Amino acid sequence: MFNYDRYLRKGKLPHIWCPGCGYGIIFKAMIRAIDALGWDKNETVLASGIGCASRLPGYADFNTIHTTHGRSIPFATGIKLANPKLKVVVMGGDGDMSAIGGNHLIHACRRNIDLPLVIFNNNIYGMTGGQFSPTTPIGKKATTAPYGMTENAFDISALSIAAGASFVARVTSFHAKQMEELMKQAFQHKGFSVLEIITGCPTGYGRRNGQPEAADQLEWQRAHGIPKLRYEKMSSEEREGKFSIGVLHDEEKPSYLETYDKAVGLA
Amino acid sequence: MSRFRHSMRRWASPMKQLLQGNDAAALGALYAGCRFFAGYPITPSTEIAEKLALLLPKHGGRFIQMEDELAAMAAVVGASVAGVKSLTATSGPGFSLKQENLGFAYITEVPCVVADVQRGGPSTGLPTAPSQSDIMQARWGTHGDHPSIALYPSTVYEQFTEMVRAFNLSERYRIPVIFLSDEIIGHMRECVTLPQEGDLEIINRTKPTVPPEDYKPYDSSRLVPPMANFGEGYRYHITGLSHDDTGFPTNNGYIAEKAAKRLQKKIDDNYDDIVKVEEFFCSDAEVIVFSVGAAARSAKEAVLAARGRGIKAGLLKALTVWPFPDRHIKSYASRLKRLVVAEMNLGQLSNEVERAAEGNIEVRRILQANGEPIAPAQILEHFSPSDRAVYV
Ligand SMILES: Cc1ncc(C[n+]2csc(CCOP(=O)(O)OP(=O)(O)O)c2C)c(N)n1
Ligand code: SF4
Repeated sequence: MFNYDRYLRKGKLPHIWCPGCGYGIIFKAMIRAIDALGWDKNETVLASGIGCASRLPGYADFNTIHTTHGRSIPFATGIKLANPKLKVVVMGGDGDMSAIGGNHLIHACRRNIDLPLVIFNNNIYGMTGGQFSPTTPIGKKATTAPYGMTENAFDISALSIAAGASFVARVTSFHAKQMEELMKQAFQHKGFSVLEIITGCPTGYGRRNGQPEAADQLEWQRAHGIPKLRYEKMSSEEREGKFSIGVLHDEEKPSYLETYDKAVGLA
Repeated sequence: MSRFRHSMRRWASPMKQLLQGNDAAALGALYAGCRFFAGYPITPSTEIAEKLALLLPKHGGRFIQMEDELAAMAAVVGASVAGVKSLTATSGPGFSLKQENLGFAYITEVPCVVADVQRGGPSTGLPTAPSQSDIMQARWGTHGDHPSIALYPSTVYEQFTEMVRAFNLSERYRIPVIFLSDEIIGHMRECVTLPQEGDLEIINRTKPTVPPEDYKPYDSSRLVPPMANFGEGYRYHITGLSHDDTGFPTNNGYIAEKAAKRLQKKIDDNYDDIVKVEEFFCSDAEVIVFSVGAAARSAKEAVLAARGRGIKAGLLKALTVWPFPDRHIKSYASRLKRLVVAEMNLGQLSNEVERAAEGNIEVRRILQANGEPIAPAQILEHFSPSDRAVYV
């Protein structure tokens, strides 16, 4: 039996997440991945920004820092450069990471900074009540898109690959077991790794977009998240509305710290 | 450590040297134990970043140029949380961007130093001209109630020593400290003999001694609770939300207010330790000029010229701008006829002097925001109305 209690701040439960929110699944996978890697709790740091996703660190018994909206990557960058021995995991929502924090995201990718990042992509601003985010698909409803979303959406994984992240993977909260495996890979990767998790927000997104129950969103994820190899063999019509999951990019290249420390004589 | 000694000896030479103000600030930071800098280039502060990009690695530290000032401020706070003394440096437009995460450092009580080498504003303003118009931004730049500490040197030597003091105060009181400077002081070169290792006291944050399970990072029974660094076995939570003694968020307004009051009190109760004012010819003065930074240099000239003419003038030069030197102002307001305030902005210090003086003294304002330094003659004429013709 896996001992979750070892990693939970039980006094801080119950969590704030709505019934049916996908974040509990991510939390579970994260704890299991960290446990599997055998990380020392005292040397593990969880850093987040602002949003429902960013509340996760408060419930986990590590060194935890809940920063400002969109800024967790630069906070974590400072932590990591000050003490590279620390295992620092960064996390946040799609708004946190691709809207207000989008600039930090692409520069972290470009630097190949020694951090793993987990993006909880529920296609909406959950915490503030369902406003559209940069990943809300065109036509979908949000409180600030009452006529349907009119802007194009970001593909966060494609963006991260293009910006230079050396490991990029995508999964959904339906694929919970695979999520845990991908987290392990992302957390162990040298350089900047991005794990994009497509997940549900029945409160802010689902109920306005024909998926009122948590199960509706999980079912949608199951049907639309296609393993990379299969996705690549699909025709463009078959791909319509679907997305690839699994390891999308994995490249061995020098990390920020490796390059910097060598250049300045610290290595 | 041996590496540190070696290079400190090389840079902080015991010999007299010609040094630029910004470079002196960078060396002061190294002396204070700063081992991390994150910044974004902006005139007239950039030499601080350039100097530290070169020197930090030689002292075992790291430098990073971030994508913007929001990120730079965040990285500096992060590094401090991990136990490394950290600095960022900027000017007005960047100082505006720092405010978000500076607020985070205030509420989470994370020590660090933010240098703001002032130029004309608002916005892009006068990029290469001096100004003192961020005085109020150094106090109220971020939202919410919080105390602030801002130091303001006026010589190259003080750029070094006040930078050391900035780090010391930030570590002692667990507060980000604003290091104000201006284009004149930052870019000026003066001959200095820098303090050597051991000459100045270096203060480091107090660490907890209790077992981890008893640690309260925001223990309200202490004015300044001890601070554990991440990775040292005290697993705790840091949040920019209002929090209780344990560091976890609370919606309880009573606890939030109590915490805000403690933050204020830890600074208010230590006025004597924090507020530093240089009193130049003040003991027998009949008229005193209050000034800071570059303007204080002109004020000093004016005082010397006035004394040469038999006018009993004095200078009150504030090295600490925040908390404002209220007690010093009050003590002079009760026995003088006139206080002259010389500042390179439209009255940010004068308003404070008037507030502190509580109407007990005439406050003459010499305000200039045209990007030019205030000339000693402009100050001198306010010491004695008849003196103008003599000096000019
Ligand atoms: C500077 C700033 N702007 C706006 C907000 C308000 N705000 C809080 S959370 C949030 C968006 C959250 O959405 P996301 O990042 O996708 O995370 P989720 O809540 O969906 O997990 C916003 C806009 C804020 N806290 N700070
Ligand atoms: S609003 Fe959405 S993202 Fe936030 S807890 Fe509820 S379901 Fe989850």
